[in-house]
Amino acid sequence: MAVPVDTVTKQPQPPPPSPSSLRFAFGNVLAFFILLLIGVLAFSIRLFSVIKYESVIHEFDPYFNYRVTQFLTKNGIYDFWNWFDDRTWYPLGRVIGGTVYPGLTLTAGTIWKVLQSLNIPLSVETVCVFTAPVFSAFAAWATYLLTKEVKGTGAGLTAAVLLAMVPSYISRSVAGSYDNEAVAIFALIFTFYLYIKTLNTGSLFYATLNSLSYFYMVCSWGGYTFIINLIPMHVLLCIVTGRYSSRLYIAYAPLVVLGTLLAALVPVVGFNAVMTSEHFASFLVFIVIHVVALAYYIKGILSPKMFKVAATLVVSVGLVVCLAVVGVLVAVVASSPTKGWSGRSLSLLDPTYASKYIPIIASVSEHQPPTWPSYFMDLNVLAFLVPAGIIACFSPLSDASSFVILYLVMSVYFSGVMVRLMLVLAPAACIMSGIALSEAFEVFTRSIKFYISSLSEFLETDAGDVMPGSNGSPQFDVLKTEKKEDSLKERPSRKNKKKEKDVVVVKEKSSVKSKTEKRPLVLPAEVSFFALFLTVLLGAFYVVHSVWAAAEAYSAPSIVLTSHSHDGLHVFDDFREAYAWLSHNTEVDDKVASWWDYGYQTTAMANRTVIVDNNTWNNTHIATVGTAMSSPEKAGWEIFNSLDVKYVLVVFGGLVGYPSDDINKFLWMVRIGGGVFPHIKEPDYLRDGQYRIDSQATPTMLNSLMYKLSYFRFVETDGGKGYDRVRRTEIGKKHFKLTHFEEVFTTHHWMVRIYKLKPQKNRIRGKTKKTKSKTISSTPRSGTTKKNPWH
Amino acid sequence: MVKPSSSAATKDDARALIHSLRSAYSATPTNLKIIDLYVVFAVSTALIQVAYMAIVGSFPFNSFLSGVLSCVGTAVLAVCLRIQVNKENKEFKDLPPERAFADFVLCNLVLHLVIMNFLG
Repeated sequence: MAVPVDTVTKQPQPPPPSPSSLRFAFGNVLAFFILLLIGVLAFSIRLFSVIKYESVIHEFDPYFNYRVTQFLTKNGIYDFWNWFDDRTWYPLGRVIGGTVYPGLTLTAGTIWKVLQSLNIPLSVETVCVFTAPVFSAFAAWATYLLTKEVKGTGAGLTAAVLLAMVPSYISRSVAGSYDNEAVAIFALIFTFYLYIKTLNTGSLFYATLNSLSYFYMVCSWGGYTFIINLIPMHVLLCIVTGRYSSRLYIAYAPLVVLGTLLAALVPVVGFNAVMTSEHFASFLVFIVIHVVALAYYIKGILSPKMFKVAATLVVSVGLVVCLAVVGVLVAVVASSPTKGWSGRSLSLLDPTYASKYIPIIASVSEHQPPTWPSYFMDLNVLAFLVPAGIIACFSPLSDASSFVILYLVMSVYFSGVMVRLMLVLAPAACIMSGIALSEAFEVFTRSIKFYISSLSEFLETDAGDVMPGSNGSPQFDVLKTEKKEDSLKERPSRKNKKKEKDVVVVKEKSSVKSKTEKRPLVLPAEVSFFALFLTVLLGAFYVVHSVWAAAEAYSAPSIVLTSHSHDGLHVFDDFREAYAWLSHNTEVDDKVASWWDYGYQTTAMANRTVIVDNNTWNNTHIATVGTAMSSPEKAGWEIFNSLDVKYVLVVFGGLVGYPSDDINKFLWMVRIGGGVFPHIKEPDYLRDGQYRIDSQATPTMLNSLMYKLSYFRFVETDGGKGYDRVRRTEIGKKHFKLTHFEEVFTTHHWMVRIYKLKPQKNRIRGKTKKTKSKTISSTPRSGTTKKNPWH
Repeated sequence: MVKPSSSAATKDDARALIHSLRSAYSATPTNLKIIDLYVVFAVSTALIQVAYMAIVGSFPFNSFLSGVLSCVGTAVLAVCLRIQVNKENKEFKDLPPERAFADFVLCNLVLHLVIMNFLG
């Protein structure tokens, strides 16, 4: 995207001073239209999911957000804040208003309301589906603004177009992926932009906007702690490297006070904004910046000799104050049980923390560390452009570019811990690559431009001496460097202001830099043509990859599955089939037990009460369900019965080869259950450390409730073999009866199976009815009427 | 600004320092001095609240928090205003003091709206 801008600036070949303002105006209009197109691109590349599937909410968490949005639009904001949800976490319930990040819901609800008041009758679902694409367009524009603050318009446009289609971000913001990250990434980038803007201008107005934007980020996503730790780090970096300025103070100090207060307004954060360690870094730096500001102030009003005397005093007093505060903080932190850190944050600092102590965090696939190919998959060529961008940011190093570098470094670290945080890395990588690409384009086009202009000059003066490769002559270099000086002077001119404190250092640096800057300009025209071609090719590869990723990899809604086989397209709509069955055939107050992955979907789609859901706030409750699933049939029935459960829902992929089913998640149920109830032991389910369900499987495994519910009557499907297509093996125990559960519904492809708990017997018949179902019944029960359409 | 905390050995130095500080500070314009007074007032109010909290306890924690942060925020914003309207600060030469004051008022407005909301 830097190309059109460069061509604009290139057009008048002998640069006369008069039309330059016109040229700028033209460039601005062009940049505006490019931005508009980038927005359209960002929106439309995310519509593959709607086109290929349908306009539907995706996955798990979005269903919860959708349900909350429905509640909000129906009952209003006050009921939303006070909403106690009794449909989930039975019998505990959940205070939704106080435990949810409300940013996304309020955004979509507001959009819906505005559209309604304009007489545009969109359904809530439609608004929810398209919120993420709209906000990714906003995010692209925010990236433009941020990068423009760092490196100018060209880099900004390039970064914006890169962000508009970076696969990592697409994976979280396709149409229908109605999750917090969809709006949070926009808020993140915009907050960073406003911080940089405040830093560059020193305006209190932008500082106010910055804290409001930070407030929106806090509303939207728990990832706001990234901001409130990154900005203090940058402030500290600036102070340590001697870049303190009063603009830094204006950018930081109001943000801490206002931001903390605003964050405390969000119910889910509340007093955590001042009580937990994630926020302490900002307070510490807040004190440090005051000490430093005072020192600089006194340095300003005193003579250098007196300042030396004062310095020792100031430093010692400041140190004492700091130490006292640190002491208090440490005492406060040490007195809290988890040292003030929440589990997820701890697993960020120590990547092995979660897998050691909190299986529930480790069990979520997006909390795993990423693999190397996922970097290439999610960032593609950006991964290679980033180092070039870092180098470009160092010449010349400003406050803004140092911030971007810090942002990149931190997000690379965090993305290495949790695959989900790749999302935070994506904007940083886009900004860096945008800077790198635009610098490269600038150098190439400048040398080509110069080559053309010199060629025409030569033709005018002496037509005889023209040689195509002759622009290495010293004459040219002088001309070129002069030009470069001019163009360079425009940009650092506003940055020069900031550096007045350490003029000497900067002067040295800039002289060194201008020397090094001159070197790449001696590119011969052929080389730059070729390089330009290669760069464009690189960009083209990126576009192709991104479109492929958007269309093929990241658009599946995961509640509707498709598969291509030799006889055409198959659609597996089993989930919605099952949820619809539940909502039509069960009582409104019936409780449905399933593994927590399906909790949100059950409450949202079937409108039935669930025992556990994806919120995972109560580990014991989840462990109870995990224990029930890992226990033998009778014990499982007792646990479920004590929870007042009527139906049990299991997801089974063995028939069609759907890999993320409950049998594959079963070990996590065992682990989480065993973490709370020690009689469940993981080795009991493993044969020689291997997880298997064939005839070699352990008896505990074969007798577990999950095994039985998954494979009940499975042998009927393929004529006695019982071949599981996910595990690629024949199942271990083929013929068995269920004594305490009754199969009531199995979907078309057997992906969801629903069982009803049999009522307790009137009379205890003694031990013969115990669940030692050694009696292999070769004739499966066919007397019970089953609503199974499978033949 | 700086309290020479009874460093007996360098008494002369400290005295000279105080003297030069006082003479340097007396040269600051009156409007900046007013802002300084405002800042000192806000900070001392915050300190009084913290002392009160230490004695009585922090039970309505949001009230305590909003009280202290109101004072701290006011002080910080006033310092920002002081930085911006200070004529000796060359970074803000092209920023008119009216604009700086308008920004200051806006930021204060936001701050105190939030505090009123948070006060409970």
